[in-house]
Amino acid sequence: MTDNFALYRIMLLIRRFEERLLAEFSTGKLVGTTHAYIGQEANAAGIFSVTDAQDVIFSNHRCHGHFLAYGASSPQGSDPYRLAAELMGKATGLVGGRGGSQHIHWRNFYSNGIQGGILPVATGMALAEKVKKSGQIALAFLGDGTLGEGVLYESLNIASLWNLPILFVVENNRYAQTTPIELAVSGTIAGRFTAFGIPTLERDTSDVLEIQAAALEAVGSVRRNGRPFGLILHTNRFSAHSKGDDTRSAAEIARIREKDPLLIHAPRLTDAERARAESEIAAIIEDAFAQATADPFPKMKDER
Amino acid sequence: MKVKSFVIHLSSFIYSPMPTVLESLNQALHHALLTDERVYLLGEDILDPYGGAFKVTRGLSAKFPERVLTTPISEAAIVGVASGMALRSLRPVVEIMFGDFVTLIADQLVNHATKFRWMYNDMVRVPLVVRTPMGGGRGYGPTHSQSLEKMFLGVPGLRVVAPNTLGDPGQLLANAIAEDDPVLFIEHKLLYTRPLLQASQGDLTDFEIQQCGETYPTYVLRISNLESSNLTLATYGYNFELVCQAALELLMEREIFCEIVLFSQLSPFDIAPLLDSLRRTRRLLTVEEGGLTLGWGAEILARLAESGIQANMRRVAALDLPIANSRPLEDAILPSVEKIVDAALALHGT
Repeated sequence: MTDNFALYRIMLLIRRFEERLLAEFSTGKLVGTTHAYIGQEANAAGIFSVTDAQDVIFSNHRCHGHFLAYGASSPQGSDPYRLAAELMGKATGLVGGRGGSQHIHWRNFYSNGIQGGILPVATGMALAEKVKKSGQIALAFLGDGTLGEGVLYESLNIASLWNLPILFVVENNRYAQTTPIELAVSGTIAGRFTAFGIPTLERDTSDVLEIQAAALEAVGSVRRNGRPFGLILHTNRFSAHSKGDDTRSAAEIARIREKDPLLIHAPRLTDAERARAESEIAAIIEDAFAQATADPFPKMKDER
Repeated sequence: MKVKSFVIHLSSFIYSPMPTVLESLNQALHHALLTDERVYLLGEDILDPYGGAFKVTRGLSAKFPERVLTTPISEAAIVGVASGMALRSLRPVVEIMFGDFVTLIADQLVNHATKFRWMYNDMVRVPLVVRTPMGGGRGYGPTHSQSLEKMFLGVPGLRVVAPNTLGDPGQLLANAIAEDDPVLFIEHKLLYTRPLLQASQGDLTDFEIQQCGETYPTYVLRISNLESSNLTLATYGYNFELVCQAALELLMEREIFCEIVLFSQLSPFDIAPLLDSLRRTRRLLTVEEGGLTLGWGAEILARLAESGIQANMRRVAALDLPIANSRPLEDAILPSVEKIVDAALALHGT
């Protein structure tokens, strides 16, 4: 399992990457949109500290944090440079500039920008791993907003019915774009899983160690029982849903920023360790964006 | 373009020792499951003894219980699950019980299965086949009789294929299963009981047939021993039967000589065999069972117009209405031999 320094370093990588990304929009190097993971870093860091590098991951529109943590947990290491290049639409990007922020693929990591639609796909991946007897599990990420999509419930039903090894991770940041959960979700999140006979574990924390412990239990349950599991993480998104669409009050944002996963975890490191993490990450981010900026744009191939 | 020629007698539509389309498809699924353990079938009510609403999957679950998966009524999830299986190197074949339900799988096909390969920079493949029965003529009413394939024509990364009695439907399905990319396989309900056509020795009503392409052939039928023909009828699937009957009527009663161009692959498609026929006839009638507006024929006519060929062109298609349950109303809405003949005569007068 990943130690305190490594957990901090991954969270910091995500934080600084996303901050740089948002800054680059103002320089015109980035076009389109992005969905920053700032505030939710402990979820990805905690979960990917307990998964296997060969597990199959399906992420959503807010995928950068998942990708960076997934990469950092794999033996080959993370690849923030190729993510930066993808976001800039460069030929060297993860998918050659075709996908951009929401649509990436790298090793066993996949993401797509359609709410809900990825869930049966991830369920099918779990089925494939099961029949191939690979021992791997699937992880699918969804948010509170996705709870409105009907295909989620079709997927939960099938995953439970067919005993599929899949972990559904719900990151409830309490807002679907600008709509608060009170206006979008009836009943409970856990109740949605238990209705299908799927056990859940629920945490309301930004402490990466608590999330790591919960993830260890959740991932272990899926692997041990070959059955689906719901990990429900109540979390906080510090920045806007994408860009410039934050209707929350300054007071509310100030309040949730007190639950900063980096601040919570920082006291477990020495001053020297924190300084080392900052300087290492700063160099990685600088290199990644500088190299990506210098890279060429893709050329259109003749598709006929 | 690969061209093969053979001769077929059209009376073989009726009494024939040949297998039916249903048997051909069923045999192809047997063979696929037997020879490739990556092949899985998913669908609603496909287990024996029922064997699927139209019996295409009959006998398969008994032989391959581990790989024939009956599903809840969850069309979107079934196609999504199959898409995930395909991404992880299995070869799933999905049955959607009625073609009308393809609206429920639209997101999975349009935003997921067909996008993955290109969106992920050609690093993945999605060998997925979605089979579904389309079409009317059975009195099933507005939500179980439609031909909705036109909604999926032109979707990037999606191949839309429709079997007919002239080709080998089972081979067509086997070819679709062998593809590395998604295929939407459209089976007209009325085809299931039809025997495959058989090549035979001929008389006046014989058509000489050119086969263009191997995997999903386009067939060009011309009346044997005839120097010139003056109308091209283009179609696919079950409507080929109506078109043949119309062509015979036009020949016998009006001395109008037709060529028939029969497509197996609707999207994307090669216009060359049709263009070739049209250079001879200069008149085209497209026949399809989907609604007229913005349909298959519309794209065919647009491509031909862009090619610069000078020709008179018309379309026969369903009226832009829901398909009625009552027989006379259903007949009035869908294409028929009579409607094809009338349109052909109108076109011939031009």
